[in-house]
Amino acid sequence: MSQTNKAIQQKSTNSNAKGVKVLLISLGVIFIFIMLVIPMIAVITYAFQDGLKAYQEAIFDPYTIKALQLTLLATVTAVAINTVFGLFAAWTITKFKFRGKQLLTTLIDIPFAISPVIAGLVLVLTFGKIGWAYDFLNAYDIKIVFAVPGIILATVFVTFPFISRELIPVLSAQGTDEEEAAALMGAGGFNIFRKVTLPHIKWALLYGIVLCTARAMGEFGAVSVISGHLRGKTNTLPLHVEILYNDFQLTSAFAVASILVILAVIILILRNLIEYKAKKAGEK
Amino acid sequence: MYVELKNIDKSFGSFQASNDVNFGIEQGKLIGLLGPSGSGKTTILRMIAGLETPDSGDIYINGVRVNDIPAGKRGIGFVFQNYALFRYMSVFDNIAYGLEVQKKSKEEIKDRVSELIKLIGLEGMEKRKPNQLSGGQRQRVAFARALAPNPQLLLLDEPFAAIDAKVRQELRSWLKDMIYKIGVTSIFVTHDQDEAIEVADEIIITNHGRVEQKGSPLEIYKHPETPFVAQFIGQSTILEDCTRLNGFAEVKPGEKAVIRPEFINITRKDEVQKYISAVEEGTIEAIAYRGSYFEIKVRVKGILLTTTAVLEDVYEIGEKVGVLIYRLYIFDEDNAYLLENKAMVDINSVFI
Repeated sequence: MSQTNKAIQQKSTNSNAKGVKVLLISLGVIFIFIMLVIPMIAVITYAFQDGLKAYQEAIFDPYTIKALQLTLLATVTAVAINTVFGLFAAWTITKFKFRGKQLLTTLIDIPFAISPVIAGLVLVLTFGKIGWAYDFLNAYDIKIVFAVPGIILATVFVTFPFISRELIPVLSAQGTDEEEAAALMGAGGFNIFRKVTLPHIKWALLYGIVLCTARAMGEFGAVSVISGHLRGKTNTLPLHVEILYNDFQLTSAFAVASILVILAVIILILRNLIEYKAKKAGEK
Repeated sequence: MYVELKNIDKSFGSFQASNDVNFGIEQGKLIGLLGPSGSGKTTILRMIAGLETPDSGDIYINGVRVNDIPAGKRGIGFVFQNYALFRYMSVFDNIAYGLEVQKKSKEEIKDRVSELIKLIGLEGMEKRKPNQLSGGQRQRVAFARALAPNPQLLLLDEPFAAIDAKVRQELRSWLKDMIYKIGVTSIFVTHDQDEAIEVADEIIITNHGRVEQKGSPLEIYKHPETPFVAQFIGQSTILEDCTRLNGFAEVKPGEKAVIRPEFINITRKDEVQKYISAVEEGTIEAIAYRGSYFEIKVRVKGILLTTTAVLEDVYEIGEKVGVLIYRLYIFDEDNAYLLENKAMVDINSVFI
């Protein structure tokens, strides 16, 4: 009797667990569908609603091309700078013991915590006409605010933590034994980095670069404040989308937006590829 | 002295890892640094290697003060506790790394690495990655890697800690043979006294950042100089008050004693006793089978003693036996000395 009772109980807990599983999965799917899939489809359909010709016109508009070029330039430069600094920061934090290490780790995370608009304002306040660095910059004829360097600076600021955040856990899990072993055999710092550290962090580094690229391309807030919206000069793709949208050129706005969507999809595919490869390398 | 440490002090924050450490090591010797965990033995090793810097004091290797020489220039081979093999390099590349750093020619590297791989008996595994090797094989690769650049001194940090018991036994004698074959001065760190006694020519015992005693395994075993060493070495039990026991009446108040199983002999009541006046009566309280011997707990005058018996001597719990205590280590706060059973000595003198 009690045996069957137990069996029934077991069955009911099993079906309970199954119910929870189904519920959670469907909740997740519905959420992603409403929040991500439908808007993406909307962007693409809107972009093509006036036909292929209107889409082509919007895409090959000289201002759009300029904006795309600027976005790519800002992204590549910011990612390059952040790769170097991210590596340095992660290396410093994980391989050395020093006072204020915790503070440094927190400081690196500041861009995550601060709203990008404020980041843009800070840059304007520092390098703009009312900023303390203005006289110096003016003397050497360097323009930062309302110019390309400003856009790059803003992008660097906002995407700063991505690469170091990916590297720190991997580097601290590895410890310092292998580097110490190499140093004891008389190897120099660069040789140790290239032969011992880099193979270990390769996939995490690539992953960080991909995330950083995605974030850099989409950056709006900080760039918006510092760019001045000069068409063909300091307009990035996201800013260009906003201008078109505000001019009620909806088709063009969505067509340009679709470029960003396509770039994002490419990056997502790259991301998955890297994850797959990294997993395989880990299993070997 | 080949390696010499003079007045070495080292603290990590408020923790004193080395407190006025002094010792010297002769060339070609195999030295064991033995101590409980946290006693500062690994810190000493890392300071010799140059991975830590002493707060004060001098380190000499082959007559040269090396304090200001960076780790990579000291000519030291180091085997890490968990080997720290380069996990993305093959066995061959691991062993070759030190030679490549020294910019040796391709042929020279190939010859040396092949020679070492043969020495450690891993022929045919050159292309494997460290995670495709067993613990014992990894240890051998770490050993070969440390030896490849012909170091003048080999340091090993807990070389057997990460290996299972059976292989460990094998590796101990293998390592000892290898080190003698190559003739390199070596220091290894261990917390396992059996390991130190079996492998080392000389043992340095550390405790709370201090060197307690240095000597051959036999000296340390037979003549512990400090209370710590007396208690640390061997299977030691402490007796708070031993004056009750026959032949040890002269022990002063405040002095304690260390007793080891091999200091005690038990005999059956009906056996002929050689030292009648020294033999105590005891009751067996527990018998445990230990594989090749029995461990026996016997109570004498209220004191519980542990000793061993060969498998041929079968005793029973509650059996009354004769207990003869040959000697004790007597110690107070500062000193330790060996005290032979006075009752036994007296009988001997009568016979002479």
